[in-house]
Amino acid sequence: MAVLVSLIVGLGLFFIIGFAARAGLRAAAPARHRPMFRDMPLTASFGLAVILVYVVVAILAPVIAPFGEGEVLGDQYLPWAAPHYLGTDKLGRDMLTRLIFGARNTVGIAFATTALAFVAGSVLGIWAALAGGWLDQGLSRLVDALMAIPALIFSLLLLTIFGTSVLTLILVIAAVDATRVYRLARSVAQGIVVMDYIEAARLRGEGNWHLIRREILPNAMAPLVAEFGLRFCFVFLSISALSFLGLGIKPPTADWGSMVRENATLITFGDITPLLPAGAIALLTVAVNFVVDWQLQRASGLKE
Amino acid sequence: MGRDILLSIRGLRIDGRSGDAWHPIVKGVDLTLHRGEVLGLIGESGAGKSTLGLAAMGFARDGCRISGGTINFDGIDLCTAPEAIRRGLRGKRIAYVAQSAAASFNPAHRLIDQYCEAPVVHGVMPREKAEGDAVDLYRRMRLPNPEDIGFRYPHQVSGGQLQRAMTAMAMACRPDLIIFDEPTTALDVMTQIEVLAAIRDIVRQSGTAAIYITHDLAVVAQMADRIKVLLRGDEVEEADTRSMLAAPRQAYTRSLWAVRSFARPEQPPGRGTPVVSVRNVTAGYGAVDVLKNVSFDIHARRTVAVVGESGSGKSTAARVIAGLLPPRKGQVLMGGKTLPPGFRARSRDELRQCQMIYQMADTALNPKLRLRELIGRPAEMYLGLTGTALEARIRDLLALIELEPDTYIDRLPSELSGGQKQRIGIARALAAEPQLIICDEVTSALDQIVQEDILKLLDRLQGELNLAYMFITHDLATVKSIADEVVVMQQGAVVEHGPKAALFAFPRQDYTRLLLSSVPEMDPDWLNRLLAARGEDA
Amino acid sequence: MTEIWRMIGQRLLLGMLTLFIISVVIFGATELLPGDLARELLGQSATEETLAALREQLGLNDPAPVRYWNWLTGVLQGDFGVSMATQKPISELVGTRLGNTLFLALYAAALSVPLSLLLGVLAALWRNSVFDRASNALALTAISFPEFFVAYILILWLAQTGLFPSMVRITGATTTGDLLYSAFLPALTLTLVVTAHMMRMTRAAIINLLASPYIEMARLKGMSPMRVVLHHAVPNALAPIINVVALNLAYLITGVVVVEVVFVYPGLGQLMIDAVTNRDIPVVQAIALIFASAYVLLNLLADVLSTVTNPRLMHRT
Repeated sequence: MAVLVSLIVGLGLFFIIGFAARAGLRAAAPARHRPMFRDMPLTASFGLAVILVYVVVAILAPVIAPFGEGEVLGDQYLPWAAPHYLGTDKLGRDMLTRLIFGARNTVGIAFATTALAFVAGSVLGIWAALAGGWLDQGLSRLVDALMAIPALIFSLLLLTIFGTSVLTLILVIAAVDATRVYRLARSVAQGIVVMDYIEAARLRGEGNWHLIRREILPNAMAPLVAEFGLRFCFVFLSISALSFLGLGIKPPTADWGSMVRENATLITFGDITPLLPAGAIALLTVAVNFVVDWQLQRASGLKE
Repeated sequence: MGRDILLSIRGLRIDGRSGDAWHPIVKGVDLTLHRGEVLGLIGESGAGKSTLGLAAMGFARDGCRISGGTINFDGIDLCTAPEAIRRGLRGKRIAYVAQSAAASFNPAHRLIDQYCEAPVVHGVMPREKAEGDAVDLYRRMRLPNPEDIGFRYPHQVSGGQLQRAMTAMAMACRPDLIIFDEPTTALDVMTQIEVLAAIRDIVRQSGTAAIYITHDLAVVAQMADRIKVLLRGDEVEEADTRSMLAAPRQAYTRSLWAVRSFARPEQPPGRGTPVVSVRNVTAGYGAVDVLKNVSFDIHARRTVAVVGESGSGKSTAARVIAGLLPPRKGQVLMGGKTLPPGFRARSRDELRQCQMIYQMADTALNPKLRLRELIGRPAEMYLGLTGTALEARIRDLLALIELEPDTYIDRLPSELSGGQKQRIGIARALAAEPQLIICDEVTSALDQIVQEDILKLLDRLQGELNLAYMFITHDLATVKSIADEVVVMQQGAVVEHGPKAALFAFPRQDYTRLLLSSVPEMDPDWLNRLLAARGEDA
Repeated sequence: MTEIWRMIGQRLLLGMLTLFIISVVIFGATELLPGDLARELLGQSATEETLAALREQLGLNDPAPVRYWNWLTGVLQGDFGVSMATQKPISELVGTRLGNTLFLALYAAALSVPLSLLLGVLAALWRNSVFDRASNALALTAISFPEFFVAYILILWLAQTGLFPSMVRITGATTTGDLLYSAFLPALTLTLVVTAHMMRMTRAAIINLLASPYIEMARLKGMSPMRVVLHHAVPNALAPIINVVALNLAYLITGVVVVEVVFVYPGLGQLMIDAVTNRDIPVVQAIALIFASAYVLLNLLADVLSTVTNPRLMHRT
């Protein structure tokens, strides 16, 4: 019964948020971009709205959180009641506050990691595609070998060796994911490099920097942006999984993955509080995926 | 004609979907076909001719729908008949021959299995008889080893042979009607002749009616009894082949016919130092020599056409001149000075002197740059123009290629038509103020009317700007209209080289003669004459 | 046919080479650490004696190539060395747990492969229908859920009500039937996550295939939809589908790590997490090598199978 009710409420919220966001976007968008939002599926507008909320919460976390991030306020595992609207955790910290700060920490770290992986992977990938020859071969074979080790396993191995701190976490995940970005960026750039306009630019005597900046990047943006979204999801889920396993972001920093781990025992008593941070992770990933899916479909639709 | 009407289409409308909206592809076309008659459907890309051809089978592609009109095939209304009835007709009484046989044969099955599928599934004949029939048809289609070829897989058979095998497959149930959808477009001229002859003979011998779809007027002239001209989903006119060729009634049709008539006077022979001189060049990829000891000169104000089948090395010659492929032996001279073999070693001024225009304007223009930057960049780089001088130069160039500067300067390539894109390719080459422009099949991706405009433009610019052109093409009609000199290439070597008029009138080499005679002419008797002449030779 | 054997031989050689490089990477990763591994593991307060003892145990006094050679020859004979935390031979620790993990992965594969192929093919055939859109949205949602979220939701719904156990205990007396019952929730969790991926990829592969000109040709020959799919599409669909399945089974292998922790399932994943927490490097290296090998072998198998089922390669002239 509870399952049914939560499903109905969830679907209802999805439609309301989706419709409202789509109407809002259509009204707010500049005229040039309005057609893009007109055909936007509900999933995408819902996704955009959710992402927006997360961003706002992350930025304003200290302002809107009712308590301090690491403040121990009372008994552990208090039920949902004022002033602790979502109860307290196993150390007696306010759950709502930590959820809000989690948006800043977990999402922020994931974002930084993705950006790092992305810049490293795409620069190397495009460069390899453009240069060709031994540089391309060497880099690509190396990446192939690294990619033959499953990402999570490789991350675990590196974390064992370098120890677990936020910095090593970011570097390790970024390194592992950069191989995936490299592979995509290289193949996208290879598709562009064989175009006649690149040959024309080379024959004109353009340097590599101009080729990348004016000829390749503008044409690689659409797939790369989509990849950024997908990559963010992967990174975000990996970091959360590692935190959940106790190998990622460490307490007292509020982080959704470790919050699930710390309070998991409650689930066996039928209390859904530990599911909230897990749900927060899931919701953001769903939202990003919905938006990326929409963009990918738009890109493939335009080609036809 | 007095014969039975086999297919009658009235007021047919077909819509295609783009996004959530429907737009018309075929806008109310009538079509009548008698038994045993061959109707040619001709039109440029986007005319709706393939869509119309498929509709004659009661079939609409995914994303298309028949939105009005009737299609009556031998008393059966294909628009209202249940799918099972329509399916029973397809392959049995109406067959289809696709443009790309290589893609349209299933790679997982042998040719003969695919041949036998329709007759056996439709219950026309048992498998053994169908196999015997197949061998017979393969023989009549003049396929080599007709007994064995059916037991091969599609990827083991050449393109021209596959196209004939596909025609044989279409004949399997002795259909009343065959739809030929551009069956020779993907083939070389030499192969095209064989396939055309085989198709025409088999259609005539078996008295099958056919709809022959093509964009090539000369081809349709050989194949069709009647011709219907389509333009953007509408019928322009229809008449029997001879009167249509002799006296087209509509302006649009006349303009299609007129394309081949553009011919410029031959320029006086070049004197002095040639702009570009190719001297004893041997070049290739890996261990293979694609060019073997090739030499020719190009003078200012002259157009040298390099012709040959695909694989003859004509594009490779252009790549050697441009410096994309350093030759193994020999050299390229520009204005009497030897050029460094690779373009990276050439000076900016040497790069400027030689510009390229590509076949596919779509891939030759960066889709994310506006025309301002596309055309302006060479002027900025080579001539150091900036600010208002650059702006003025861009506008001059746009005016030179007959595009209104104010309207077009900030457009993206995607906002242009195919012909306009090719004009931008020309403007970009002109912006460098070169001496030589290499034109690599620049008209072959364009519709015929547009081709003519581009040729005229190139001709005018040559006169105004003293340009030398190297014109690479497989289309001899284009050569006839624009070239001063012709270089004929075969398997990487120059087989013949000379002034256009002399070469066309008195080809010295057998290969040149064969190549020249293989180009379809707009004369319904051309194929007959050619086959007769070749028969005598043999 | 000789051609195809040559290609398979090439693939196998390439696979062996990949495995070799992986073993180098896994072993050599410790060399990336600036400074002394023993000190890094024991901390600044460690005495010289304990450091020396650890170096001796890890063989840190030998040069790296020698240590690698010793490690590799050991591994090839089934000897992974000794755990630093428990001082037990690693092969002993790994033995039964490898079996348990394989069982869980196979269990999830048996559930997810038929399910996702069916859903993927249906979604492709009914493209743009309500079913297609709904299943696409659901699949996207499932892909986005962290495994532990799915696992805890299942626990909340199915274990709280007492239908299935939320923890898996495996003893010598556990029968296969018991195991299938008690491992149902972890297997279901993995199934849900993997099915979403596999379904979407299957759909894409089939749609790609149905757009081929030879499929249109078959329809224009008047073949029934059933015959078009079975006779014309399926023989060409094997290779892409094999690749989809292999890719996802490989994903399953790593997906077990989190799921094993949630359900306290006595498998390799849990052992690995314990080892990472204790920085028990030899154990982590051993398990990483096992997981990576399984991953490589699966991809190799897919490669060989899709070569064999590709008619263009099978029937070379």
